[in-house]
Amino acid sequence: MSADKTIIGVTIAVVLLACANFFIADWIRQIGLLSMAIGSVALGLLVLWRTGLISFGHALFYGFSAYGVALLNYLGVRDAFVLVIVSAAASGLLAWGLGFLVRRYRAIFFALLTMAFSMILYGVLAKTERFGSTDGLNVHPPTFLGYAPVDQAAQITLFLFGLLVIYGLILGVQIYLRSVLGQMTTAVRENEIRVEYLGYSVEHVIHIKYVISGLLAGFGGAIMALAVGQVDPESMAYWTASGEFVFVAILAGTGNVAAPFIGAVAFEVIRHFAWEHGANLWQLIMGGTLLAIIMFVPDGIWSVLQRLVGKKDGVK
Amino acid sequence: MTTILEVNGLEKRFGGVVAAQNIGVTVSAGETIGIIGANGAGKTTFVNMVTGHLPPSAGTVKFLGTNIVGLPPRRITELGLCRSFQVPQVFLSESVFDNVLMAYGIAEESGFSMLRPLRNKERDARVRKHLASYQIAEHEETAASALSQGIRKLLDIAMATVRKPQLLMLDEPTSGISVEEKFDLMDIIMAALREEQTTVMFIEHDMEIVQRHVARVLAFSQGEIICDAPTAKAMVDPKVVEFVLGQEYHVGIRSDA
Ligand SMILES: Nc1ncnc2c1ncn2[C@@H]1O[C@H](COP(=O)(O)OP(=O)(O)OP(=O)(O)O)[C@@H](O)[C@H]1O
Ligand SMILES: [Mg+2]
Repeated sequence: MSADKTIIGVTIAVVLLACANFFIADWIRQIGLLSMAIGSVALGLLVLWRTGLISFGHALFYGFSAYGVALLNYLGVRDAFVLVIVSAAASGLLAWGLGFLVRRYRAIFFALLTMAFSMILYGVLAKTERFGSTDGLNVHPPTFLGYAPVDQAAQITLFLFGLLVIYGLILGVQIYLRSVLGQMTTAVRENEIRVEYLGYSVEHVIHIKYVISGLLAGFGGAIMALAVGQVDPESMAYWTASGEFVFVAILAGTGNVAAPFIGAVAFEVIRHFAWEHGANLWQLIMGGTLLAIIMFVPDGIWSVLQRLVGKKDGVK
Repeated sequence: MTTILEVNGLEKRFGGVVAAQNIGVTVSAGETIGIIGANGAGKTTFVNMVTGHLPPSAGTVKFLGTNIVGLPPRRITELGLCRSFQVPQVFLSESVFDNVLMAYGIAEESGFSMLRPLRNKERDARVRKHLASYQIAEHEETAASALSQGIRKLLDIAMATVRKPQLLMLDEPTSGISVEEKFDLMDIIMAALREEQTTVMFIEHDMEIVQRHVARVLAFSQGEIICDAPTAKAMVDPKVVEFVLGQEYHVGIRSDA
C-alpha cells in the first residue's frame, strides 16, 4: 500500500518538476541537474546501507561512467540515451567484476576496497594524456533521438531527460527493495548463517546489491558529465567525491527511495550559497551539518520530513 | 522404509583433538532419533558436519542418494536437510512475523522470481498458519530480541521447517529452557513435525524427553557412536549407562516418564 504511496508521490513530483522546468532560472535548473546526478549515486549507497554496508569509493563507478560519456563522444556518439545507458551499464559491469572480490568482505574492508579501486582509477585518469590528464575531457552537448537543441533549450531538454532517467531508476529500485531479494537487508546484516540455512547465498545477495549500486552511481556520473559538459579526475574520481556521496546519503537518510534526491538538493543548495562566500566556508558548513545530522537527526532529512507530515509508518 | 541419510566413516579433527571418528549411521524416512552424550562428546560436531557447517576430515554423507560433503549449507538446505541451532539463529531486530516471512520468501522463490514482492496475501496467510502450528502466533509482532529463550527456540525451529524438510536436525532444542517449560516446548515441536511427517534427529540431554519422544537413540562418547539402538534398549546398555547416563545431570528416570 505504501509502495503505491511512494510511487504516487514520486510521480507527482516528477510531473511538477517537468512543468516547473520551463519557468525556473537557469542556475536553479542546473542545481536540479547536479542533484539528479548526486542523488543517483546516493540512491546507490542507500541500497547498500540498508544492509549495513557502506562504500567510501563510489566515485569509482561515477567517474568511470562519466569518462565513458566523454570517450563515447570521441567515438562520435552524441545521443543522450545511448551515452547514459551504455556508460552506466559499463559501470554496472565493472561492479559485477569487482563484486566477486568485494562480496567476500564486510564492514570497514568492504567500505575501503571500492575506495582502493577508485584511487587506482583516479591515478590512471590523471596520468593518461589520452584522457586529458588532470584537465580532463570536454563533453559535447548531447542530442536526444535526433533532436539537437541549443542554448537554453538544451538545458531544458537535458533536465527533462534527467527526470525521465531518475524516474525510471526510482521505480526500479522501489520494485527491487520490495522484492524477496531486496528485502534481504536486516537478515544479511544480522545473521548470515541463518540466511545460508534458509537456502540462499549471502555473497550472492551482496553481489547483486553491489552491482545495482554501481549501476546507479554510473547513471549519476553520466548525468553529471552531460550536465557540466566536461569530466576531470579531481571532481569525478578523487576520494573526496566519494566522501561527498556518503555525506549526501547520511544527510538524506535511508527511509525512502526519494530521500537521496532530497538530500542531494539540500547538498547542492548549501554548496551553491556557501561557495559564494569562499571555499573555506563550504568546508565549515559541511562539517557542521554532518555533526548536527549525526547528533540530532541520525536518520536524515527524510525522518524530519516524516515527522513533519506526522506519519508513523516508515515507507520502506 | 526408504533410506534418506547414510553416513560412513565420518571424522573430524581439530588439530590434535579428535572431535568425531568412525561415525556411521543410516536413517530411514519417518524415524525420530535422539542423539545423546556427555558434554564435548561430539554431538554438535556430528550435526555440523552433516549439515555442511563444518567440513569433515574424512568420510561420506549421502542424503537422498547425493553425496553432500563439500556442498554449501544453502544447497543442503535446498535438498531438504534443514537444521536449528543450540543458540537460536534468528534476525534479532525483526519481528517474529518478518523472520518467518523471510524464511518463506527464500524458500518459495528462486532465480528471477526472487524479484517478486516479498509480501502478498497468500504468503502472509501461510506465515500465519505456520506460526500457529508452532504456537507463536501471539508473538507475531514482537521483535525476536525481546522473546523469551523458549519462544526464540520455537522461532528458530519454525524458520528451519518452512521448507518442509525431508530431514530435520535440532541441536539441543531444550537447552537453556526451564524444566517447567521444556516439556511443553518439546510437545509443541514434535506435534508440528508429526503433522508434516518430518524425519527428525535431535540432540538432547534430558533422558525423560528422549524417552518420551524418540524410538531410536544414538549415544556419543569421545567422538564415537557407542550405541545405536531402540530407546528402551539403549537406556540399559552398559556403555550408555557408564559413559552417558552416569555423567548426565539428568540421570534420574522419573517413574512417570
Ligand atoms: N571449532 C573447534 N575447535 C576446536 N575444538 C573443537 C571445536 N568445536 C568443537 N571442538 C571440540 O570437539 C569436541 C566435541 O565438541 P562438540 O561441540 O561436538 O560436543 P557436544 O557433544 O555438542 O557437547 P555439548 O553437549 O557441550 O554441546 C570437544 O572436545 C570440543 O572441545
Ligand atoms: Mg553441542
